[in-house]
Amino acid sequence: MALLDVRGLTVTFDTPEGELCAVDRLDFSMETGETLAIVGESGAGKSQLMMAIMGLLAENGSASGSAIFKGRDLMAMPPRELNRVRGAEIAMIFQDPMTSLNPYLTIEKQMTEVVQHHQGLRREQARAHAVEMLRAVRIPDPEERIRQYPHEYSGGMRQRVMIAMGLLCAPDLLIADEPSTALDVTVQAQITQLIGELGEKSNMSMILITHDLAAVAEIASRVIVMYAGEVVETGSVDDIFYRPGHPYTQGLLASVPRMDSSVDDALHAIPGNPPNLQELPDGCRFRDRCTRAVDACRNRPPVQRLEDGRSSRCVRDIDTGELLDLPTLAEPEPERTASPEPEAVE
Amino acid sequence: MSDSVNTIVDDPFAAAMAEDDVRGRSLWMDAWHRLLKNRAAVISGIIMFVMLLVVLFGPMLSPWEGDFTDWDNTSSPPSLETGHWFGTDAVGRDILVRTLEGGRVSLMVGLVATLVSLVIGVTYGAIAGYYGGFTDRFMMRVVDIIYALPFMFFVILLMVVFGRHIVLIFVAIGAVNWLDMARIVRGQTLGLKNTEYVEAARACGVEHRDIIRRHIIPNLLGVVMVYVTLTIPQVILVESFLSFLGLGVQEPMSSWGALVNDGAQDMESAPWTLIFPAAFLTVTLYCFNYIGDGMRDALDPKDHF
Amino acid sequence: MSKPVLRVQDLAVNFTNQTGGIFRRRERVLRAVNGISFDLHESETLGIVGESGSGKSTLARAILGLIKPSRGRVMWRGDNLTEMEEEELRQKRKELQIVFQDPIASLNPRMTAGDIISEPLWTFYPHMARVQVEERARGMMKMVGLLPNQINRYPHEFSGGQCQRIGIARALVLNPRLVVCDEPVSALDVSIQAQIINLLKDLQKKLGLSLIFVAHDLSIVKHISDRVMVMYMGSAMELSTREALYRKPLHPYTSALMKSVPIPDPKLAAEARQSSWLTGDMPSPYDPPKGCVFHTRCPYKVKRCIADVPALRHMEDGNRVACHRAEELDLAI
Repeated sequence: MALLDVRGLTVTFDTPEGELCAVDRLDFSMETGETLAIVGESGAGKSQLMMAIMGLLAENGSASGSAIFKGRDLMAMPPRELNRVRGAEIAMIFQDPMTSLNPYLTIEKQMTEVVQHHQGLRREQARAHAVEMLRAVRIPDPEERIRQYPHEYSGGMRQRVMIAMGLLCAPDLLIADEPSTALDVTVQAQITQLIGELGEKSNMSMILITHDLAAVAEIASRVIVMYAGEVVETGSVDDIFYRPGHPYTQGLLASVPRMDSSVDDALHAIPGNPPNLQELPDGCRFRDRCTRAVDACRNRPPVQRLEDGRSSRCVRDIDTGELLDLPTLAEPEPERTASPEPEAVE
Repeated sequence: MSDSVNTIVDDPFAAAMAEDDVRGRSLWMDAWHRLLKNRAAVISGIIMFVMLLVVLFGPMLSPWEGDFTDWDNTSSPPSLETGHWFGTDAVGRDILVRTLEGGRVSLMVGLVATLVSLVIGVTYGAIAGYYGGFTDRFMMRVVDIIYALPFMFFVILLMVVFGRHIVLIFVAIGAVNWLDMARIVRGQTLGLKNTEYVEAARACGVEHRDIIRRHIIPNLLGVVMVYVTLTIPQVILVESFLSFLGLGVQEPMSSWGALVNDGAQDMESAPWTLIFPAAFLTVTLYCFNYIGDGMRDALDPKDHF
Repeated sequence: MSKPVLRVQDLAVNFTNQTGGIFRRRERVLRAVNGISFDLHESETLGIVGESGSGKSTLARAILGLIKPSRGRVMWRGDNLTEMEEEELRQKRKELQIVFQDPIASLNPRMTAGDIISEPLWTFYPHMARVQVEERARGMMKMVGLLPNQINRYPHEFSGGQCQRIGIARALVLNPRLVVCDEPVSALDVSIQAQIINLLKDLQKKLGLSLIFVAHDLSIVKHISDRVMVMYMGSAMELSTREALYRKPLHPYTSALMKSVPIPDPKLAAEARQSSWLTGDMPSPYDPPKGCVFHTRCPYKVKRCIADVPALRHMEDGNRVACHRAEELDLAI
């Protein structure tokens, strides 16, 4: 059974400019022990997706659909029960460690509070456990440093503390939302590595939400690529990097500056601007920026699902790039509330 | 021109180039729309607007003058027959007209004194905060010293020296209120001074006075406006207090404060002389407070999605 | 070789900090920039790379006079910027401009895009007719890839990448000769980063600008620089041409930085993980290591590195490195 199975997830926000759909009828699933990367840029909806599942949406947001985690639907759970799941079974790490930590409490206080709340340990035991976790994330002198305040730690170390706090209750699933974006390049690499190792060692399942393709390359086993609230491609990490099928994925990979590229290589930028969720084009949401768009793209492209787990939402074949021969291409774009999307193609 | 400079794939670009200018949506517009969604604030706004009209034009429509003494109807309760809808006071003056005329004075004091403190306070605070260093320290010490002076003492001094002229009320109140405004503006300026767009302006060679004018002040107006709507009721109350002590406006002019004072003395025998002015005063204070709260919520950037 | 347009000579910026209580007041000195020297030629791009705390942003601002240097000189076309009066320096702003890191924060949220781009014109050409100013603003918008009909929009109505374009337009509206870009793409989405880097390259070619491009990522700087300077704790470790640096770095820190930059490639990432050896954090800038500032993390250090500060000296090919052992070490990737 899949560890997490998400079906038909839709997240909308009520803004002064009207209703905004951040995530549109999303489906995905992940197995135990996997490290799944959700890749996308601004407006992709990747963070909102996880916030919705975890019940952490902003006040003006609402979500529908189901998210079955270990047999229970997180989205149908009463808040109190969801609270218990959060922290104990699913841990989340956010982007900016400075704002996630209370500057007025010592690290010890903040960590032991979590453990005592969820596992009912006594203070001494909680402290020992916390120190162990700090050691696991490679904080030097954890016995001493646990008594310090967040501002006495560097950015990279604060993020390690956040990871340690996430691990305190030995969660089944760790969700890291852009964990290294706010940090320096070399520290980013250390944090990414750390997360990767922790995943390997403990067989903990992880979801890494990021726009950093290098981090994905380093630790992910499977990848979901999102654009404008939809999944545009999925596959194993090798598939995505070496055989990307969707033009957006291809464009993304071509535009990332790489250390190993030759000095004379140019950067190939994806033209256009990030999607404006209130003014999305009909049909394929990427078509305004796609160098290989055709007329057929004015209709919502079908999802090709291959047996090896890869999928791509495009009118072009995932392997050859040739236009698919589909009878359904003539149909108009289905209403958001109505029937399921056009049939999958083998 | 190479592909990389186009932000938009060629086909729609050419068409878009020919389009008319798009209208921008400033942050003020956003805040205004948010404010309009706040029912309490909108209702308060409407009430205040009506109040203003009534206070300005009401006395002209009334058959009675503010200082006319109706000897036939002294201390008479409100009635439609006598024509005194709010009743009369001990010397037969129509309470309705007195209340409205008093409203003119109270509101004028509120608005003018606040305006004075606004102009002085914002300028003073922005200069102190922006230039910092010795200028700031000196200017703030001056504020501290004036702050320490007992307000009543200062007012009484002014009254004694210059007599009880209405302009003096403005001066006295304005002279004290600008201090708070200056402090708040200085605090905001200190923060704004370090923003990147101010740094960018310096890097573009913009001169100091233009930076204050274009970059600092517009970005503090939000806080200032909220503070202003909360200051107006404060000022009206201060004036009422002065009147209560007998230091406010002189007869035959009246203000709500003075009317409340008079009414309080006849409270048991002629409660209407107290109730009506007090009600107007209270409603006004409530309304300004609701508007101020509404503005603060509307301008709060945390609600931006 | 043509004469350099910019000469930075032994530039240093110190920040002093008071600590201790009332009775034990001590002064701590932070040497954010510790004696940097380099030349820049016309139409050349110098990339300055370093981690946070390396002093690169402080250096960028000190060069432009936005921060007052504690020591050293900045010669711009023969004029000494560091010794100028405030008004004279202000006039120089026409030629020296900066693009900031956070595109949204660097724009006044209460001004329209058009106003933001026009402000430098109002400042230096106050008698220029309004119509002309607007025309020039629209022209700038087109040049940086924005639709001119967006001229009345406010910063919050644009995306991050578009805001950065507005910032670039503002920087270029006065026809400067030198533009310092302080991490201009760090805050942007990956695909937009490429757009902005390409835009800057194009503009530089078209307008003949000299650029100083500050970044924390060697792979970004690679696509745009002619020469690259690597900074660590306020000092320059290496200053080489692009070809030389990326093929065979001269300084151990440069080599370590290169290895630790993550590569978006699963197979290579696995290999890189093993070969990266840069660990730990930078030492406290208030208490820098003696001798070579990098010695505490350097696997090649010898006794001399703790005792003497290595100067940024020239090697045979003209590239410069601050390492005592530069000749012996082979750090080719």
